[in-house]
Amino acid sequence: MTEAVRDSLDRCVKCTICESFRPFSKVTPLFPGPKYVGPQAERYRDAGMSADHSVDYCSGCGICTQVCPQGVKIAEINSQARAAMWEEQGQIGQVQLRNQLIARPSVIGKLGTPVAPLANWALGNRTLRGLAHNLIGIHRDAAMPKFAGRTFQRWARRHARRAADKTVVYFHGCGTNYYEPAAGEMLVAVLEHNGFNVIIPPQDCCGLPLQSNGRFPAARGYVRRLVANLAPYAREGIPIVANSTSCGLMLKREAHEILGIEDEDLQVVSKQLFDVCEFLLFLHEKGELRTDFQPLPLEVPYHAPCQQRGHGIGKPALDLFALVPELRVIELNIDCCGIAGTYGLKKEKYDISMAVGEPLFRQIREAKPEVAACGSETCRWQIEHGSGIHAVHPIELLYRAYGLDSPSPALRERVGERVEKERL
Amino acid sequence: MSSLQTDVLVIGGGSTGSGVARDAAMRGFSTLLVERRDLADGTTGRFHGLLHSGGRYAVKDPPAAIECIKENLILRKVAPDCIEDTGGVFVVTPWDDPAFGDRFLAGCKNTGVPVHEVSVGDTLRREPRLHPGIKRAFTVPDAAIDPWKLVWSNVRSAQEHGARMLTYHRVLSLDVDGGKVMGAVLQDVRSGDEVRVRAEVVVNAAGAWAGQIASMAGCEVQILPGKGVMIAMNHRLVQTVLNRCKLPGDGDIIVPIRTTCVIGTTDVHVTDPDTSEITKHEVDFMLDEGEKLVPGFRQARALHAWAGVRPLFQETRAKDIETRDVTRSHALLDHKKRDGVGGFVTITGGKTTTYRFMAEVAVDAVCEQLGVQRPCSTAKERLPGSERGATYQLGARLGAREPLPQSEEIICECELVTRSHLDAAIARRETDSIDDIRRLLRIGMGPCQGGFCIYRATALLHADRHLDYATANHSLLDFLEERWKGLHPILYGDQLRQTRLDDWIFQGLFDVRHLPR
Ligand SMILES: Cc1cc2nc3c(=O)[nH]c(=O)nc-3n(C[C@H](O)[C@H](O)[C@H](O)COP(=O)(O)OP(=O)(O)OC[C@H]3O[C@@H](n4cnc5c(N)ncnc54)[C@H](O)[C@@H]3O)c2cc1C
Ligand code: SF4
Repeated sequence: MTEAVRDSLDRCVKCTICESFRPFSKVTPLFPGPKYVGPQAERYRDAGMSADHSVDYCSGCGICTQVCPQGVKIAEINSQARAAMWEEQGQIGQVQLRNQLIARPSVIGKLGTPVAPLANWALGNRTLRGLAHNLIGIHRDAAMPKFAGRTFQRWARRHARRAADKTVVYFHGCGTNYYEPAAGEMLVAVLEHNGFNVIIPPQDCCGLPLQSNGRFPAARGYVRRLVANLAPYAREGIPIVANSTSCGLMLKREAHEILGIEDEDLQVVSKQLFDVCEFLLFLHEKGELRTDFQPLPLEVPYHAPCQQRGHGIGKPALDLFALVPELRVIELNIDCCGIAGTYGLKKEKYDISMAVGEPLFRQIREAKPEVAACGSETCRWQIEHGSGIHAVHPIELLYRAYGLDSPSPALRERVGERVEKERL
Repeated sequence: MSSLQTDVLVIGGGSTGSGVARDAAMRGFSTLLVERRDLADGTTGRFHGLLHSGGRYAVKDPPAAIECIKENLILRKVAPDCIEDTGGVFVVTPWDDPAFGDRFLAGCKNTGVPVHEVSVGDTLRREPRLHPGIKRAFTVPDAAIDPWKLVWSNVRSAQEHGARMLTYHRVLSLDVDGGKVMGAVLQDVRSGDEVRVRAEVVVNAAGAWAGQIASMAGCEVQILPGKGVMIAMNHRLVQTVLNRCKLPGDGDIIVPIRTTCVIGTTDVHVTDPDTSEITKHEVDFMLDEGEKLVPGFRQARALHAWAGVRPLFQETRAKDIETRDVTRSHALLDHKKRDGVGGFVTITGGKTTTYRFMAEVAVDAVCEQLGVQRPCSTAKERLPGSERGATYQLGARLGAREPLPQSEEIICECELVTRSHLDAAIARRETDSIDDIRRLLRIGMGPCQGGFCIYRATALLHADRHLDYATANHSLLDFLEERWKGLHPILYGDQLRQTRLDDWIFQGLFDVRHLPR
């Protein structure tokens, strides 16, 4: 436990504001709520045996930390308590093995990509999912993304870079790399359209799933390797954009605040890291964003993922959408979709996760849209699973509004045929 | 005036008196314990919380060290539920004489206090907040001991052996006849009624007030009351008892106890044992000393401050001496031998750590006065609540709620007191005072200091005991006034913010100032 996080409990005045934003404790009696497991329970924890395992039912959505008016690092206290608990329980056992597995998306991605058809068939097979449910503890109905069968990195290596006077680095994360490479390609196209040379350094997982599953030492290893690849650019003052809300937050804040990493590499990367929508909005504020948007006559429900609050940037996607003629946005006012990274995959937590997300799913279903928009990949998968409505990253809507989806042959070649197929 | 008859009348419901009552009852004497306030509301409930290993006295006062380690080991066996086995460490900070380390080691070895020198690196890993400049570290079997649990389990055991207890009964006078104390006149401080008690032997275990009691029998007992100030911090900055490795001084110990850690203490000679004033200077001093053990101590949140008064017995009657130089070992005065007054024994001084031994020698003296021989068994028989033999764990209350953490209303969230805990305590205590309940449950002792739980508790007390509104309002206001005494000396930083919020709740929402009473 880094002492600074624990010390923040001193600021709690018991106002209970965090408990009134508590998507999880509302639906399950197993989770006593953020104030309880955070500043309150922390006073009962010492280095010995963890007395409370209910902290494991905290999803790590982080809303509590954001709403606390006193600056108590509630979610961070909980993460650290969870990590201590897992460390105590050791590595053996079904839950532990399951958590080890789902916490390593890049390993799964590397294994699944070459055998994507088979892997995707297995993910859709009821019998195999039933086995995985019982043997591994991954819920049989949980939303699992499909392997794209190719990686974004591979595309990036072949993608002809564009000479431009402005440069940006793209941190794409595992979701884009293995499951949604098209989303990455669209992001690159949007940035290039705005005159950027997009650098895509080799990169692996940011360690967030390991962190949220309490594997701090392993998570730190991933963070250090990743920031080592990104830091040289950051030192040159090149901005880094991320399209995964939670992985971006990991580098912006959590690796330091929760994992306690003090490395200089991380510090420079954190300073240069922007959520992609945040970045585009900055451009717009400087008058540097191209606004040659074509009308996009859609009504799109937009869900800002919980982790976005941690960025402290508001909802920049909404300002960007407002630039697109005829695009109507329904701003959803439900805090959490329930997936919380890997939480909703776990067999003991799936029902809780779906119950948390249900109000959100309902709002989306009732809007009967063509697509919904959300900046976090795991939330999108959960939304699709829960509401039956396809969910896209906000960038995809900008990409369409820029007309990049019906481009000149040259552009089509650059962006790649597959984008067309996988889009929507 | 009603009257009562008993073999042994014990005056004082602190650790000493409750220990005496238990020991006497277990030896088969009919026993009555009287206390002018609530149990453990004297020095015992205002002490530092340390079950001494003896390390503190190893150099300065070897007999006290020997007594402490002997009793420490006994209490771990008979009262484990009252003890949290935190362990203790003596550290040589940059402000301490490095040469003292060797004297300390030798002192511990001579007095039988188990001591191990440990590496600075290991110590800092175990206690990451400890001052990184420490030069040496020694572990000893210090522990934390809960005064209310200790006193209550002694009294429960005494009651199981037939003893009776009267709290809120003050001794007004002793009946002395023909060179012998025959009994006492008590006053029920709540109703004003008086009670006459006839007793074969009266044991004066009134701590710092023992001189006042002794004078009622015409015996002169000089107690030098030494006031000590302590500050509890909002959470456990350390998990081990931290002691400065030097001659005993002020502000040189931090004891992690329950959900807090407590720094203490000072030693100022006072004339009135009822003194409880805490000056800004004392608080400042304590925080400065805290910084030497745990850098950043001043930034941490202080929770509550209080003062206790040591019952130091002084036979020489010398004036203006530094009270810390008086031995910590107890004083047993058989007034028949000392002053020619029979049926009267005073037991004072000492420490909570040695309370059991003090009770044993006091009841030995009672036996001698009564001309009987009955062996003491308190060193072997476990106290109620300690039957399982397990020491208390910090996470116990949290763990108890685990199976269904939302299953029951929590009244006091900071100290995790549930509604059923509270209802049971109200029924058991038969009291209208929330402060009495606090001493049983720790309700209102956490970060918000009652800000969110006391109005809830008052409502339950009101309903459970069918109180009229005036009594209920009284109870609420008394509690708030009690808490306020411990808050105003430390109104800075985070606790100031909390107090402001609590003030809004009680003054703003409830307008407590104008409650009818
Ligand atoms: C600041 C401080 C820190 C300490 N820290 C430690 C420590 O860490 N470890 C340790 O072992 N010891 C410690 N001690 C010592 C220890 O607390 C005391 O020695 C011990 O509590 C004394 O208990 P007691 O029962 O003799 O006195 P008390 O607890 O004071 O009990 C005497 C009781 O007599 C009652 N009484 C008085 N007059 C009357 C009357 N007329 N009628 C009826 N009742 C009356 C009082 O109300 C009181 O409750 C500390 C002492 C102080 C002052
Ligand atoms: S919002 Fe912050 S201050 Fe209020 S109860 Fe929650 S943690 Fe405490």
